[in-house]
Amino acid sequence: MNALGSVEKRYEKQDLVDFRAGDTLKVNVRIKEGEKERIQAFEGVCLRKHRSGTSSTFTVRKVSFGIGVERIFPLHSPNIESIEVLREGKVRQGRIYYLRGRSGKAARIKARRLFG
Amino acid sequence: MDGILGEKVGMTAVYGEDGSQIPVTVVRTTGNVVVSKRTEERDGYTAVVLGFGERSAKRAGKPVEGFFAKQGLLEEREDGKKIVKRHLREFRVPAARLAELDVGAALAVDSMFHAGERVDVVGTSKGTGFTGVMKRYNFKGGKASHGVHEYHRHGGSIGSNTSPARVFKNRKMPGQHGNARITIQNLQVISVLAD
Repeated sequence: MNALGSVEKRYEKQDLVDFRAGDTLKVNVRIKEGEKERIQAFEGVCLRKHRSGTSSTFTVRKVSFGIGVERIFPLHSPNIESIEVLREGKVRQGRIYYLRGRSGKAARIKARRLFG
Repeated sequence: MDGILGEKVGMTAVYGEDGSQIPVTVVRTTGNVVVSKRTEERDGYTAVVLGFGERSAKRAGKPVEGFFAKQGLLEEREDGKKIVKRHLREFRVPAARLAELDVGAALAVDSMFHAGERVDVVGTSKGTGFTGVMKRYNFKGGKASHGVHEYHRHGGSIGSNTSPARVFKNRKMPGQHGNARITIQNLQVISVLAD
């Protein structure tokens, strides 16, 4: 490994859950409101993972009150408390942007395997 | 005021406690050695000469090899290749600090700097050769269309006509860009990692 990579490694989370595009995720985000800190969950389908060392990100899409909402999270940010995989989706693309143009029945994703 | 020599490894980003992303430059400083000393009696000032990096003695030349041999710092690899330090720089230090340092002493970053400290960084910028004003001074250039003929990346007028009948000094024009000594002051040390 090169020297830059070994430095970056120190700042990356080592205990990340494995997930990919198409999976339904629950992202627990730390939110600071004044002095208090609370955890807010953002639930939706992962559209893409952007792999780039410490600055890696992933995009989660959900439909909230009829409006599509996408949030890009920094993967290694300390503000991401945890990530839960609710459902593993079977998709053929690494970036499932085609989901944006679909709604209802067409926006379904088949499960890769079912959770027991 | 202490200094150390280093080599840029690359840039990356780390997260602050509040989750903010901080851009950082990783600098390798492994192998800093006191090569020589400047003393009040002999040189009229006090400074320490640091060496960093590796270079084949054969390429550096006999005088350099001789100097390192005299200081007892000529490294010899197993294959018989002789190695000298690539970079040599003087750092002015007070006499008291100079007394603490011996020729041949290795300097470690973690004993000199700590996270949160502010430092000045001096280096040579990337050379980009003879460069136009758009790249060099961020001029806007000319129009891309509307009948413009071969005047897209020019800098425009460089002054008035009969009065003053000359171009003022310091006029920004094309020329050598980069490959210059750059000092950036007051940078924060984010963390100091031992080898």
